[in-house]
Amino acid sequence: MTTKYTQDHEWVQREGDESATVGITLHAQDALGDVVYVDLPEVGRSYSKGEVTGVVESVKAVADVFMPIAGEVVEVNGALRADPSIANSDPQGNGWFFKILIKDPAEFDALMDEPEYAQLVKNA
Amino acid sequence: MLTKSTKPLVELENNAEFMARHIGIDAADEQHMLSVIGKNSRRGLMDSILPRSIVRANPMQLPAPVTEAAALAELKGIAAKNQVFKSFIGQGYYGTHTPGVILRNILENPAWYTAYTPYQAEISQGRLEALLNFQTMVSDLTEMPIANASMLDEATAAAEAMTLAKRSVKSRSNTFIVAGDCHPQTIEVVQTRARPLGIEVRVGFAPELMKQHDYFGVLAQYPSTTGMIHDLRPYVELAHANNAAFCVAADLLALCLLAPPGEWGADVVVGTTQRLGVPMGAGGPHAAYLACRDEFKRSMPGRLVGVSIDAHGNPAYRLALQTREQHIRREKATSNICTAQVLPAVVASMYAVYHGPQGLKRIAQRVASYTAILARGLQGMGYTLANPSAFDTITIKTDAETQMIASRAQAAKVNLRNSFAGYLGISLDETTTREDIDLLWPIFDPARTAPIEGPASTSSNGTDIWARFETGIEPLIPAELRRSSDFLAHPVFNTHHSETGMLRYIRSLGDKDLALDRSMIPLGSCTMKLNASSEMIPITWPEFAHVHPFAPRDQLQGYAELDKQLCAWLCQVTGYAGISLQPNAGSQGEYAGLLAIKAWHEAQGQGHRDICLIPSSAHGTNPASAQMAGMQVVVTVCDANGNVDLADLKGKCQQHSDKLAAVMITYPSTHGVFEVQVKELCALVHQHGGRVYIDGANMNALVGVAAPGEFGGDVSHLNLHKTFCIPHGGGGPGVGPVCVVEDLVPFLPGHFAFEAAQSVRAEPSRMGAISAAPLGNAGVLPISWMYCRMMGAEGLRQATEIAILSANYISTRLKDHYPTLYASANGHVAHECILDLRAITEACGVTAEDVAKRLIDYGFHAPTLSFPVPGTLMVEPTESETLDELDRFLAAMIAIREEVRRIEKGEWPQDDNPLKHAPHTAASLLMGEWRHPYSRDIGAAVLGNSSHDKYWPPMGRVDNAYGDRNLFCSCVPVSDYT
Repeated sequence: MTTKYTQDHEWVQREGDESATVGITLHAQDALGDVVYVDLPEVGRSYSKGEVTGVVESVKAVADVFMPIAGEVVEVNGALRADPSIANSDPQGNGWFFKILIKDPAEFDALMDEPEYAQLVKNA
Repeated sequence: MLTKSTKPLVELENNAEFMARHIGIDAADEQHMLSVIGKNSRRGLMDSILPRSIVRANPMQLPAPVTEAAALAELKGIAAKNQVFKSFIGQGYYGTHTPGVILRNILENPAWYTAYTPYQAEISQGRLEALLNFQTMVSDLTEMPIANASMLDEATAAAEAMTLAKRSVKSRSNTFIVAGDCHPQTIEVVQTRARPLGIEVRVGFAPELMKQHDYFGVLAQYPSTTGMIHDLRPYVELAHANNAAFCVAADLLALCLLAPPGEWGADVVVGTTQRLGVPMGAGGPHAAYLACRDEFKRSMPGRLVGVSIDAHGNPAYRLALQTREQHIRREKATSNICTAQVLPAVVASMYAVYHGPQGLKRIAQRVASYTAILARGLQGMGYTLANPSAFDTITIKTDAETQMIASRAQAAKVNLRNSFAGYLGISLDETTTREDIDLLWPIFDPARTAPIEGPASTSSNGTDIWARFETGIEPLIPAELRRSSDFLAHPVFNTHHSETGMLRYIRSLGDKDLALDRSMIPLGSCTMKLNASSEMIPITWPEFAHVHPFAPRDQLQGYAELDKQLCAWLCQVTGYAGISLQPNAGSQGEYAGLLAIKAWHEAQGQGHRDICLIPSSAHGTNPASAQMAGMQVVVTVCDANGNVDLADLKGKCQQHSDKLAAVMITYPSTHGVFEVQVKELCALVHQHGGRVYIDGANMNALVGVAAPGEFGGDVSHLNLHKTFCIPHGGGGPGVGPVCVVEDLVPFLPGHFAFEAAQSVRAEPSRMGAISAAPLGNAGVLPISWMYCRMMGAEGLRQATEIAILSANYISTRLKDHYPTLYASANGHVAHECILDLRAITEACGVTAEDVAKRLIDYGFHAPTLSFPVPGTLMVEPTESETLDELDRFLAAMIAIREEVRRIEKGEWPQDDNPLKHAPHTAASLLMGEWRHPYSRDIGAAVLGNSSHDKYWPPMGRVDNAYGDRNLFCSCVPVSDYT
């Protein structure tokens, strides 16, 4: 299991060859503040890399959620609908957004690794 | 002892008396303030602040000021040119009785009309409760799950319903179907709004159009503009089968008796609440409403009040789901609406509280009964009705007799609706009496002064119609469309029915709020200046309040003169050539201005120009309006001093030169600074073929000293509710006139529906309407007229200079406590200043929000929080505040800074101090054990030498996240308070 990061402060954790889980980073939830709503994508729909899959809203801000790498959404985290605060309390665990089937593993490999992302956050 | 007065008469007459009433700073105060700033004279201050390149060439040419009494007398003369006929026109505007207790204690009460939009929940619980009552009333009457806290008018609400449907449904069609028997002004505004968005509007017989076309939404009126009550249920099903939304414009009084749209599947319901106690006022201000199905709520336009909890776990009201709004979403916002119609919404909600469900039903039943009697009588005279079903409106086939009947009506000072060839319309309302109906009979048949029941052929000595129906009459409402469900069951609508009870309810709510009648409201970018009583008095004069917007032109001559004079004066103020007063909020002025620019480009054969450059510091409404006008927003950056980065702007002008439509700037900037290069900026945009939009939000720093129309602007909107004294009303009404240079004048908004209603046709306008009524919120225009008339050119200029002086005084006095973020090169600000709290936040965790909430303990409304720069407070004192009040505010700010220093020094923990727990309710200070490291006295925050009454906030700090995570937008069950 490898976790990689995007410029848009999302994390992607690869589980096996084909599937991955997507969520927002600790830094992202901190910047947003109290998350009050997460608009999750439709299961079964395919997105290309960079396409908007939904939004995450806090009391004061709203951010688009982007598809980090091309793929098909196979599962969404229904628990976030009932309790969006999990995106704050456990963004990189129980607060995951959705799971995908990876279309092109090369796209995953091209994402930032943890030290690179840490550097990005430091410079932000 | 007799003394001889040697004073000249002109001094004793004191025609400029109002200037000293409006401006809070006298000559001695001024000298003191100048010395604090380090200036010798106001002239010297202005010379060092105002860029030389923009100084006005000539003073404004305005009539010399007159006293309050003289101005009222002069305006009374203008008002007298309006003729108040008995109105049976209908078409969305009806007679109504504003209950005296509501008129006097809300509409005429500064505790309600001088309040600001309730962004600071803790000092706004009273009006938030009134707005929650409004939402509950709308939800109940329409049977829709969620309703917002008011829209600008029914027509724009219908246009918003269209775009809400477009965003929310699965259908990918671009066609919106509008039933031809919607109100004509609604159809017109929907068409205006649809055009730039590329939405195709098909108007006609909806059932047929729905068969012929693919569509994403349908709009129908219930009851229709001709009075017909259509059974829309099959068409709702059809629309849903087509993955489209069905929108209904519904009359709330009718819904007391009709099956509500929510019961038969409507997706969006809109309408006006005017007839619930708000005078017609020639078209406004009135609160419209918008309600929708639950799934659409996150896409809903306008402000929404929700219930949350406060720091002590008690229910608390607040504005909910603010992420939908423009200050956050900018060009992706659901709408550009910000100022809405709070004051009229409060009046309408109080009307429902006062009458209750039984009272409303009785009024509706009386209207429906009189309508049925009127119909029977007219049928008895041999007339045929175009609508077999009706609530309050009947349309009568009058053929060749039409004009003769219409003339008899005019002679009897009665307005019928005369806008369909061969037909006349009559709408009854709450004010209709038996005498009114007795007045109508002979207009239709002069021979029949005592109409009879039965066909015309029977003897004219038949039974008197009133005697016949004394025991009641079946209304003309189809049996299958009658309402069976209850409404307004919440105790608030069933308690305050005695006048004593109502009076105390209104007082108890008003007492919870901070408005200008208690203290300064130093909100940056909002210009919370005096709303003088003499300015407010004329708005309820019957000659202004009780005229219908679509009355014949010759009855509206008073309004025509008011329009003409006010526009001429505002042209002097702004340096523009033409003005339209139609936009009923600043956002609508922006929209109308951008449409004018777009239409002008099209007329030049440059219709492809659609790029609108907007600096990152702009108010969020700018990008939202640009998007609605069909423009592409390109954001330009600001430099380190907060000014528009001219190099970046130049690059973007060059890059988009062929497609550049406009630039939208605010001047002085939203950062509260006069940018010296503004003239250069305007010239640059002109070189690339674009037009310059100068947002008039900060006009209070310009009036009399610089005119946007002179220094390079092509279009501006004004906010009469900021600069020209119309009160904020707790979030509306506003008036946002759009002002343009000569070549854009033909592209100002017109009003086809008004023109069509006139028997004498004028040259038709080029552009359609952007508001339901031709003069928008006409009813409040007298306020700005009075202000200009009593101030004169010199008074207006002085107001500007004192506003600038006061802002610089505040900035200077606070410089050792809270640095001002942006200033001009020589250290001055314009009429407002941004206090930078970010270093404090970094040092000890105290945020700008904590300071804002702590100010409540000291009895002040917070300055503007985190706009335009996050982590800051923006202060705008205006010219109306006295030096005493400015100093009281400064003392509070400095006392808070001292508290922050104790946190910085570690005397109080970062998470347990008077700022983090602010505001403090009386209960939290008095009851229970005290467990904080600071004393109860410090918590209460009474300034040592203050003789002011202590303001006690009714709640602790609101929990915003809880409210948005658990959205609840109607009256709270009483059990939650126990």
